[in-house]
Amino acid sequence: MSILELDNVHAYYGKIHALKGVSLRVEQGEIVTLIGGNGAGKTTTLRTICALMRPTVGSVIFEGEDLSRYKPSALASRGIAMVPEGRGVFAKMTVLENLEMGAFHRKDKEIDADIERIYDLFPRLRERRTQLAGTMSGGEQQMLAMGRAMMSRPHLLLLDEPSMGLAPVLVEAIFSTIVDINKQGTTVLLVEQNALMSLEIANRGYVLQTGEIVLSDDARALKQNEMIQKVYLGIE
Amino acid sequence: MQTQQWRKAIRIGLLTGVVVLLTCMVGMVETFNARDLIVGVLTLGQVLLFAPALYAGYLATGNDATRKPVSALLRGIVTGLCVALPVIGLIVVATVWPDIRKYFVNISPALLKILTFDQGAVTGSLMLAAVMAGMAALGALLHVIPLRFRRPLIISLAVTFGFSLFSDIPLNIANQFLERTVVRNYFGTKGITPIAAIIVFTLSLVVALYWEFSGREARVHRQATITPAQRSRNRTIVTVISAVVLLLLPWIIGQYISNVVDQVLTFALMALGLNIVVGFAGLLDLGYVAFFAIGAYVTALMTSSGNLGMGQSFWVAVPVAVAASTLAGIILGVPVLRLRGDYLAIVTLGFGEIIRVLVVSDLLKPYIGGAQGITQVERPSIFGYDIISPQAFYYLLLAGVLLALYISSRLRDGRAGRRWMALREDEDVAEAMGIHLVNSKLMAFAIGAALAGLAGAIFASRIASVFPNSFNLLISINVLAIIIVGGLGSLPGVILGAFVLVGLPELLREFEEYRLLMYGVLLIVMMLVRPEGLWPSAVRRRELHAEGEIAEHEGIQPEPVQPLM
Repeated sequence: MSILELDNVHAYYGKIHALKGVSLRVEQGEIVTLIGGNGAGKTTTLRTICALMRPTVGSVIFEGEDLSRYKPSALASRGIAMVPEGRGVFAKMTVLENLEMGAFHRKDKEIDADIERIYDLFPRLRERRTQLAGTMSGGEQQMLAMGRAMMSRPHLLLLDEPSMGLAPVLVEAIFSTIVDINKQGTTVLLVEQNALMSLEIANRGYVLQTGEIVLSDDARALKQNEMIQKVYLGIE
Repeated sequence: MQTQQWRKAIRIGLLTGVVVLLTCMVGMVETFNARDLIVGVLTLGQVLLFAPALYAGYLATGNDATRKPVSALLRGIVTGLCVALPVIGLIVVATVWPDIRKYFVNISPALLKILTFDQGAVTGSLMLAAVMAGMAALGALLHVIPLRFRRPLIISLAVTFGFSLFSDIPLNIANQFLERTVVRNYFGTKGITPIAAIIVFTLSLVVALYWEFSGREARVHRQATITPAQRSRNRTIVTVISAVVLLLLPWIIGQYISNVVDQVLTFALMALGLNIVVGFAGLLDLGYVAFFAIGAYVTALMTSSGNLGMGQSFWVAVPVAVAASTLAGIILGVPVLRLRGDYLAIVTLGFGEIIRVLVVSDLLKPYIGGAQGITQVERPSIFGYDIISPQAFYYLLLAGVLLALYISSRLRDGRAGRRWMALREDEDVAEAMGIHLVNSKLMAFAIGAALAGLAGAIFASRIASVFPNSFNLLISINVLAIIIVGGLGSLPGVILGAFVLVGLPELLREFEEYRLLMYGVLLIVMMLVRPEGLWPSAVRRRELHAEGEIAEHEGIQPEPVQPLM
């Protein structure tokens, strides 16, 4: 059974038809990437999965349950964690406080141990644990946003453009961490404009254009695809 | 360099002159002149007129005054003359063209008398220029005095000024314990006598000098090396002393000042409630007075012995009043809290006005009295003792404020506080963390409304009546200003803000008409100089001074700037 399944999802912003029948599947343990240009509907797809938007037609099934019954705030405890575009760290809280917020809905006693695990994943965050999140660099904030999302022990991690605005070196570091997170057992849905990098680490990929899935295949096959090479990879 | 310094002196002088001119033209100088500071020697009007010149002189000259006292003195004199210039312009215009009063009603003969020392326009203007120049020169020469003397001097001048301006407080305390004939030696009807001024000045100077010379560094060192055991002992001592002072306070300060403190505490209670809504949860509520009004009206309706009331006891009414305002908070909250930021502010503003309009409306007049309000509200009594005097109400209000402080601090440090902090920063992300937005906001709104309702209930029985005009928009703005000036989210800040914005204007009641002007000036100055508030919360201080502290924290020294050559 797929961990996440979108079936013929349509969504509107007012009169604008943003998603025109998007169907996609994410299997347990995969990294799936959703690539596409500006305005293709990538973020809208994520917002729909997170119940921040309701599909007018179609359904979002997570671990066999229809998500349309859930409030956005209930999804964290249901096992979905989202790292929003532009990172969205709590700028005026310290690094540690941000991580604690990630575990806000949890009541168990292993939170401190999990914070240590996040510090092991991102040693940089341990150094900066008492610093205000807003005063850190973009890369550090991205690490923090990911660490915070992991604090909710998600089954499915949604990443919205983690490479945005980061130096190439940092992008590589972030992507290799995504692979680490995935190896530790978290399924990842990665939304990216940076098709080259995301196809590098993903198992499978979907290509979204003006609200429609135009291609879906193995990541390796997509990298070889002529249209992808031309439009997204810039290879003539 | 030279010309620059002179230019600076002239610029500061003229700017100050324009400010002084403005205070003259809005009538402040004349009104304030009726208030003695030191009987027969100095009035508040004179301070308003000449103190700016002193400060301008101080500002216009820098620390080089020690090396070049003569140049500093000259610059001070020029600054003073520049301060006098616009004011002399006013004297000239008013003398040549007396009709100006038709347009600027405050340019009265009395004002001109003050400005010219009653010596006629020509001699008077010269005298004014001389005094201004003298004051500014004094200000300039302050730099010559070494810092360790200058600081105590300025402190004791400020203490003497404060003591004479708020002489009502020591006067009322003295009246409690001393013979009236003895008191007369030290206090006029307003202000203090020269003897008292000399005593206060000398005492504060001695204390300040002792403080300065008894080893400032040693004291700082001792503060830093204090052990936790000592600290907790010190804290206990402070708590016990402040508890005793708080309990005895109304009997020390007398009835009149108790009344002022009661007013301050009423506003502090409301401000603590609004602080939860605005300071903790970040929801800008401009109609907060509505909940205060609901609390007051419910109490009045339930306890009044008049024909509108039900004649219940105060203690029955309070829970109902608090419940009613809480309910109103939730009812308003449910539709409104989906709005964000400015939109929320506008809708709550409207809600406050709706409640006010309803209260004065003819429609509800048979039930809640319309513009005539409700009178004969019952006073509370406890164990057979009636709470009537301001001193007795002080204890009731103190209990309310302490309760609000307790609730606020528990909420702030608990999960609710974190929830509010997260949604204050980013609602979407907070939601992704599993925070239920509407519930969290409703909770803040309901608790804030409950505290306002409690304040309203006590207010109604303290005044023994309620009238619609006690619940206008200005109250909402006033309460908001209290928490902003005190420091958003800071509990001691809210109390301090209430004393500054409610207590001081009560003590300076004669200047009521300038209250809003002073408010505006105060708010602008605060935003420029201390945007985090008078007593900011740890979090806000961290936000606004983050960089400096982080540099300090990591031991990074700012790199010295390399000269280009």
